[in-house]
Amino acid sequence: MADMTASQQPKTAARKGDTTLGHIAYVLKDNPVTMLAFAMLAFFLGCAFFGPALVPYDPLATNGARALQPPNWDHWFGTDNLGRDVFSRVVVATRLDLTISVAAVALSFVIGSVLGSIAGYWGGWLDAVLNRCLDTIMAFPLFVLAMGVVAALGNTVENIIYATAIINIPFYARLVRAEVNIRRNAGFAQAAKLSGNSDLRVLAVHIFPNALPPMMVQVSLNLGWAILNAAGLSFIGLGVRPPTPEWGIMVAEGANFIVSGEWWLAVFPGLWLMLAVFTFNLLGDGLRDIVDPRKRT
Amino acid sequence: MILGRVAQAIPVVMGVVVISFILTRALPGDPAAYFAGPAADEASIAEIREALGLDKPLFQQFFYYVGDLARGDLGTSLTTGQTVMSDLAARLPASLELTLVALLLSCGIAIPLGVLAATRPGTWVDHLCRILVTAGVSMPTFFTGIVLIYVFYYLAGIAPSPLGRLDFIYLSPPHVTGFYLIDAALAGDWETWFGALKQLILPATTLALFTLAPIARMTRAAMLSALSSDFIRTARAAGLGTRKVLYGYAFRNALLPVVTTLGMVFSFTLGANVLVEKVFAWPGIGSYAVEALVVSDYAAVQGFVLAMALLFVALNLIIDIAYALIDPRIGLK
Repeated sequence: MADMTASQQPKTAARKGDTTLGHIAYVLKDNPVTMLAFAMLAFFLGCAFFGPALVPYDPLATNGARALQPPNWDHWFGTDNLGRDVFSRVVVATRLDLTISVAAVALSFVIGSVLGSIAGYWGGWLDAVLNRCLDTIMAFPLFVLAMGVVAALGNTVENIIYATAIINIPFYARLVRAEVNIRRNAGFAQAAKLSGNSDLRVLAVHIFPNALPPMMVQVSLNLGWAILNAAGLSFIGLGVRPPTPEWGIMVAEGANFIVSGEWWLAVFPGLWLMLAVFTFNLLGDGLRDIVDPRKRT
Repeated sequence: MILGRVAQAIPVVMGVVVISFILTRALPGDPAAYFAGPAADEASIAEIREALGLDKPLFQQFFYYVGDLARGDLGTSLTTGQTVMSDLAARLPASLELTLVALLLSCGIAIPLGVLAATRPGTWVDHLCRILVTAGVSMPTFFTGIVLIYVFYYLAGIAPSPLGRLDFIYLSPPHVTGFYLIDAALAGDWETWFGALKQLILPATTLALFTLAPIARMTRAAMLSALSSDFIRTARAAGLGTRKVLYGYAFRNALLPVVTTLGMVFSFTLGANVLVEKVFAWPGIGSYAVEALVVSDYAAVQGFVLAMALLFVALNLIIDIAYALIDPRIGLK
């Protein structure tokens, strides 16, 4: 990935205690778009935490008398074919979609970090084997591999998470491997080793933390991608089951009504999904500016 | 030299086969009971287990699996009753036609856009490029497709109904390549050709919008770094014309990373294909896999995953070879 060279970012924090914060504030002031991304992130987190308590209607309550109403003051996003309030469903779905993507990214972060650290630090045949395995995963079109994994493991939400995690592992493992590998024999690592730390401790406490800043950028970009992936899988009928509000399913259900003109069923969940992905992508670009100023475009 | 690169692909292909074997064996439930059907009793299930070699150790099963693959036997689809291989072969041209037209379309827009943005930084072209790039990566393909259907089919009424490759008023052209555009042109049937093109435009645009962003982004970045390199300064100082510098030197060097990105983009396209085919009821292998998934027709799904992976490995091979042709410095190690 493009973040591979992010290793030589200026270590301002090491020189003066509070310059990291100062640097972040400076970059943010210079870049209102990143500020906006943080605000949007806060909005989506708010929806995920408090959404189910705040929405005006029960997302599962059907009401035949009010089916397929276009957007109005009672139903901001209209109602679907069963009379359910689209706005409530879209907001409530935030929690599920964010949970899936955060869980998947967290899993691949942890597994990728462990594998990458081991391969980068000890190298040798471990490294070679890991690289071969990652190459093989990357040899699949990733969405297709996710489909295959879900089909093989069974059609549940947990398996969607595992599938998304598996296809994301190579990105983290490679990033960590590169970051660890170039510091394996660095002066500070040797000093830590000489003062009696075990290999494991040097790796975990002294070397690995250096890989964290570029990892954070990757996490943010990946979160958006994981949401797209999960929504795509449920769009084709994998994972989340129909009555549950979820963006991908809502778009899939709404697609049946688009040819007869009821656009609000598919458009609002789709826009919401797009906005969420957009937020994480903006955030990722903004974090990259903070972490690695040379890559600013 | 090319043979050496082909040899490098062999371990990857083996890995792909191993993973697809693992996926096959990780199926929930007993494959024998599944192949025997719901009406089978204990004895016939045991018989099928023996026939399939499922009573053998896993290691031996793997060799049976590889043997079947070598004979082109991917099993039989439950839904169509045909072998998975013949189903995939019949539907692959539809997917390839869609993917290739979409990639041509997006390269045709993205590469000039990236070049313009790089040569005129700060102008409206540059801003347009930046907006397209950021918005493009956030757009779910299935959503873009639905919006396009709404606007061009329902509102504007200029697109045909989003149902498959050809409207029912046309007869499909005689099968030569399976690509309707080529077959119709070969048969000289221009009415059908336009019919097929009209069906193709919306799904191809959907896919193209999705792939536009990474290609434009890479072209812009590669052009910028090529333009700021020493040999361009030398060429300018030597008094070469702007066109010669831009297209003869900078663009040729910028092509390299763009070609690399194309490989990654193709991977995304093959995945996005599945979603787009479902939205437009396109009879390709993606919608075949989705139909198979819905009814738990695993042999078909596994065949699809394997076929996609092999296609992608082959494509990466072609890209690497193309790479060496574009840039003689690289060579094929």
